[in-house]
Amino acid sequence: MSITTMNQPRRGFSLAEYTTCLNGIVWREALRFLHQRERFVSALVRPLVWLFIFAAGFRQVLGISIIPPYETYILYEVYIAPGLMVMIQLFNGMQSSLSMVYDREMGNMRTLLVSPLPRWFLLFCKLLAGTAVSLLQVYAFLLIAWFWDIAPPPIGYLTVLPALILSGLMLGALGMLISSGIKQLENFAGVMNFVIFPMFFASSALYPLWRVREGSPMLYYVCQFNPFTHAVELVRFALYDQANWISLAVVAGCTAVFMIGAIFAYDPSRGLARRGPAGGET
Amino acid sequence: MGRDDFTMTATDITRTNGVAASNTTAGQDMAVTPALSISAVSHSYGTRRALIDVDFIVRPASFTALLGLNGAGKSTLFSLVTRLFGIQAGRIAIFGHDIGQAPGEALRLMGVVFQPRTLDLDLSVMQNLRYHAALHGIGRSEARARSDEVLSRIGLSDRAGSKVRDLSGGQMRRLEIARALLHRPKLLLLDEATVGLDVKARADILNHVRRLVAEEGIGVLWATHLFDEIDPNDDLVILHQGRVLARGNVAQVLQDADAHDVNSAFMRLTGTGSLGS
Repeated sequence: MSITTMNQPRRGFSLAEYTTCLNGIVWREALRFLHQRERFVSALVRPLVWLFIFAAGFRQVLGISIIPPYETYILYEVYIAPGLMVMIQLFNGMQSSLSMVYDREMGNMRTLLVSPLPRWFLLFCKLLAGTAVSLLQVYAFLLIAWFWDIAPPPIGYLTVLPALILSGLMLGALGMLISSGIKQLENFAGVMNFVIFPMFFASSALYPLWRVREGSPMLYYVCQFNPFTHAVELVRFALYDQANWISLAVVAGCTAVFMIGAIFAYDPSRGLARRGPAGGET
Repeated sequence: MGRDDFTMTATDITRTNGVAASNTTAGQDMAVTPALSISAVSHSYGTRRALIDVDFIVRPASFTALLGLNGAGKSTLFSLVTRLFGIQAGRIAIFGHDIGQAPGEALRLMGVVFQPRTLDLDLSVMQNLRYHAALHGIGRSEARARSDEVLSRIGLSDRAGSKVRDLSGGQMRRLEIARALLHRPKLLLLDEATVGLDVKARADILNHVRRLVAEEGIGVLWATHLFDEIDPNDDLVILHQGRVLARGNVAQVLQDADAHDVNSAFMRLTGTGSLGS
């Protein structure tokens, strides 16, 4: 019998190790994204269909008055552009959560979760990676939209970046939270019906809230409590080099709550543990 | 709990696993820390009890076979040891580091090959290794060097740039083992690592893992339901319906069960039919 004395003191993790881990997770997410070209195309086609077809059709029906942050009358296409930007992030967040459910079913998630680095950090890296991918999609959309005469001030392309990062984190964290509660991939269709559509339609993405209030005061309050509304308004204002502090506070608060919820849900003593090993294992 | 709580003497280990500590002097308590220590672990899914008071150790530089039928609780145990599940009752430590209290240190010393494939099929062999290295905080150049080393050891150097989905089942398993060794763990867990492989691939993988034990002093926990994968010199833990029915070296288990081979010992202890090979 081999007798060994192990004297390995706790040494924690260095900043370099954390950075390497973050880079590795973002790099893998980017590789996966590049391998799934159809995902990139569909992420762009969806908002462009709204922009080119829906907005063009509704241009004459829906008049937009002068409301902040706009200083002149604007076309409907210009109004819905920020909503479509955040819609891209919403779908991306849900797509990321879908891939987490897939990874968990296929076993890939274990590779991540048995890393010795703290689990909250691993999930945060995963969230950042998803947000980085959503930024690529949003800027590609903005580029195409520019040819469609949706041209915010040049500084807006820069000032909108922190807003997009925050809204991307919020929607990614929401997706992560949802994915922790989904048992099987098939159940993900429910997310479309119960999360994506209600969030998008009950918001200020497609119509200003004063218009909603005229039609249905009840829906107006629902929109007000919808974090997606605040993500849209945060991005809308930032795109025009302005700050919407209430929306910033709501989005930051929701990001924190969703993130804490996701970390809690992926705690090994909860969530996964109740379900038992994946199918076929013993 | 600190690591000292799990430091056992050679005498303790002999008592716990029933293993003869041949190279220790009688009466001499040499300090030894088990590679893996599982103490009074129980786990339930709702009302179904998957593990009941499980208790055994894996010694450093030893090959311990965890033998059990499908449904015995082997994968649940692996999920607990790797911290995929939280521990409901009992303690698990890797080289004295409590998995619940010091998961970072514990996981750093452990490599795992799970029953389902956990490779990313769309990435290349090298990209999979690099991702794993990053998850352990190993920088790019070091990861490259270690990857070259482990790939050469498993004979897959020429496939470094290949997509994983183009590999055979045996190659994937070897790659998973290589990946699990990339961060140089001292304990390797393999959950039914040869399932679905042909006879030659099974033998290759088993030989490779045994070499790791002999040449690199890695402690191995090998979960299986195939008794022909167990060597007379191995340590053996028989898990049945969530309970440990026997533990110790193979000779000891056979003697205790009054059986001439592992299969008949298993049948006698569990009251079930043959495991088959």
